[in-house]
Amino acid sequence: MTEQNQTPASPQTVRRAVVIGGNRVPFARSHGAYANASNQDLLTAAIDGLVARFGLQGERIDLVSAGAVIKHSKDFNLTRESVLGTALAKDTPAVDVQMACATGMEALGSLANKIKLGQLESAIGGGVDSISDAPIVFSDGVRHALLEVSRAKTLPQKLAAFSKVRPKDLAPVAPGTNEPRTGLSMGEHQALTTAKWNITREAQDELAAASHNNLAAAYDRHFFDDLVTPYAGLTKDNNMRPGSTVEKLGTLKPVFGKSLGDKATMTAGNSTPLTDGASAVLLGSEEWAKSKDLPILAEFVDFEAAAVDFVSGEEGLLMAPAYAVARMLKRNNLTLQDFDFYEIHEAFAGTVLSTLAAWEDEEFCRTKLGLDQPLGSIDRSKLNVNGSSLAAGHPFAATGGRLVATLAKMLHEKGSGRGLISVCAAGGQGVVAILEAR
Amino acid sequence: MADAYMDLVGSGFGKVLAKQLGLPQPPKLRRYQSGEPIAPGPVLLLGSGATAQQLADVLLGWELDVRRHFTDNVRYGAVFLVADSFESPSELGEPALEMGRALKTLAPGARVISLSKQATEQDKPSVAAVRRGLEGFIRSVARELRGGATANGLFLGDGVDGHNASLLGAIRFFLSGKSAYVDGQFLSVEASGSTVPDVRTLNYDGASAPLAGKVAVVTGAARGIGAAIARVLHRDGAKVVVVDVPAAGDALTKVANELSGTALQLDITREDAGDVILKHALGRHGRLDIVIHNAGITRDKLLANMDQAKWDSVIAVNLESQLRMNEAFLAADLQGLRIVTLASTSGIAGNRGQTNYAASKAGLMGVVAATSPALEARGGGMNAVAPGFIETEMTAKIPVATRAVGRLLMPSLMQGGLPQDVAEAVSFLASPEASGINGQTLRVCGQSLIGA
Repeated sequence: MTEQNQTPASPQTVRRAVVIGGNRVPFARSHGAYANASNQDLLTAAIDGLVARFGLQGERIDLVSAGAVIKHSKDFNLTRESVLGTALAKDTPAVDVQMACATGMEALGSLANKIKLGQLESAIGGGVDSISDAPIVFSDGVRHALLEVSRAKTLPQKLAAFSKVRPKDLAPVAPGTNEPRTGLSMGEHQALTTAKWNITREAQDELAAASHNNLAAAYDRHFFDDLVTPYAGLTKDNNMRPGSTVEKLGTLKPVFGKSLGDKATMTAGNSTPLTDGASAVLLGSEEWAKSKDLPILAEFVDFEAAAVDFVSGEEGLLMAPAYAVARMLKRNNLTLQDFDFYEIHEAFAGTVLSTLAAWEDEEFCRTKLGLDQPLGSIDRSKLNVNGSSLAAGHPFAATGGRLVATLAKMLHEKGSGRGLISVCAAGGQGVVAILEAR
Repeated sequence: MADAYMDLVGSGFGKVLAKQLGLPQPPKLRRYQSGEPIAPGPVLLLGSGATAQQLADVLLGWELDVRRHFTDNVRYGAVFLVADSFESPSELGEPALEMGRALKTLAPGARVISLSKQATEQDKPSVAAVRRGLEGFIRSVARELRGGATANGLFLGDGVDGHNASLLGAIRFFLSGKSAYVDGQFLSVEASGSTVPDVRTLNYDGASAPLAGKVAVVTGAARGIGAAIARVLHRDGAKVVVVDVPAAGDALTKVANELSGTALQLDITREDAGDVILKHALGRHGRLDIVIHNAGITRDKLLANMDQAKWDSVIAVNLESQLRMNEAFLAADLQGLRIVTLASTSGIAGNRGQTNYAASKAGLMGVVAATSPALEARGGGMNAVAPGFIETEMTAKIPVATRAVGRLLMPSLMQGGLPQDVAEAVSFLASPEASGINGQTLRVCGQSLIGA
């Protein structure tokens, strides 16, 4: 492919989109602190905390974009309903997004693009997920029978319809994280990838311990004072285990990839548990932020989505960000080493380490990414320095908002530099992004 | 907040029973509501001299029905005793006894207010006698009053006459329902260089509100008295920044969103707390005019059983954090900054099991007196409010019997105060109307014996 001197369609209309700040509720292990909170409750709380932090009461935000992965059918208008429950102006429009664990990133990236194009001055992006509030799906037998009852006109017809229900039909189908096309859970998929890249148990446990200790240290130095608002009695992410050590994590038994025998390395300690939570990020044009005397933490430079063919087994389920990053770097004329912080979300420690290994691998970068040379390695001291999903937890759609707000604040504190975000998602997808300090 | 006892003795059979048994019958206090008349009836103005004449003119200008002598069959809404020109004890008798006759027909929630000079070492003994004598007189009158009426006094500093705007601001505060739980107290008014808004406007809203255009920070604002202070400052026109520890952030969010303010989650014991507040207020709202140091904790224990952690934490949160923050605010050289801190009546008379708390709160009164001059030099000032028994989540944890004594038997007003009562006093002292009132501690205690 030859480089062309291409110019954007209408460069005069492209301006900067900036991150003003964020807010999230503490992330909670599922069926715990937020067992009685709905997706709508959590998203409302996250946005309301953002409104309070930035004094946006009664303000019309040009667009709020958020979503949930595990969602009730009654929550068809989840984001708009949440907005109506906040102190924002009632004429604030809202849209629901869904892209598995990348939902929040997709919402924020799309909003940033609209700001760049001048279509929005202000925006809130985010996401929520509550496994505790998961919709219960009934078997098709019960569903068909109930639908028939609702169509029946007479009592005997209704009774006849009901009589078709068999006891075995009554067992609800629990929502799972299994991939519909492979039947394998996300953990089983990653176990295959982890083994393929020869990622050791020790390396994963090291990453997990660092995640817990980094997150705890960030809380200790008040880093989250203006990023997290307590909810339902919870003031910190309750999955966090300060003082985690490789030795302690080493005592846990593998839970994924057991079929691999001795090569099974993924435990509950180096995998992320199911989590409830919500996050929201305030974006805007520079002009809007300045006109409201709002802080500017970072610029939302670019974002990129990718997907891989995991169904045939050609690529690992959670490897899409490896591809997305390569494309985004090329477009922005950057190398993998041009960053001061890397926020690589780990559903599993193995995901991060497999991705890093792939970027270092000459053959992968040549054959899969079409590069002349490997992307290379990163300075590990710049990776997830204020904790990550392993410690904080991972309420699917809420993770993007956590990452963007956290990275923007880190960049602003440093006063210069660039940060990379990488989020893998179910369905073999991924979304990555670049932020720059302001 | 609703007190079962007050409900019982307040109406119907309970009221009859309470009367027959001689139980205390707490009156319903006249509290400020927008649009209320400044006084619930005609005003009796006693005393003589230039100040009395000036005040009579001002009160007439406020469209009050001003009488200069007692007459029967009038339900007085207020009685003024202007005694700043008195030179000997013999002058007090006549107006005092005339006031006595008026006390029998006071309207519910009426106000008795004295205007006098504070006794000093330079006074002739006879002058000092009448000046100090009047203080004891007013405090005793306060204890005789019924029906939610209160008696308070104002000391006129050098050069303060009946036209002094800050004096009139203080009179308006004492006359109104805003001082419902302030009883038996004296405030000194000094001549002030800063301009004071037109105090003829009694019922203000929007642009005429006393704190319009001001930016105020309230610490410990997530609940209780702090939230009430934020509400009243907002009502009085200020943009409020509500501050509380990160762990109280959800309650803080609700207060901020209710008041269209901004929430700042901050542990005030942090070394840089003052700078964080300054950065937020100046960066986001362009200014900082008012700081209310409300955040505080109790760690009660008899001194004999006190451990170092309990002692240190109370001193650190209640006292040292404020000293550090005030240094930051002074260093920022803000013009006209007014600070109000929350002391406590426990810090005045002491309270068993509260040595650490009382030390911290008494310490704040010292801080106020010592910090105010530096702020006055920049057109601002600092005062303290010392609440007595206020009905909050914190006092709800006090054992029932102790609470009943604190609430019913000790204060002249026979009831606990509400967070709003403290908030009204705080908002008044934070306003430009109080620019001549500095370095003082105002008790909001219903004239409680506790902390006397």
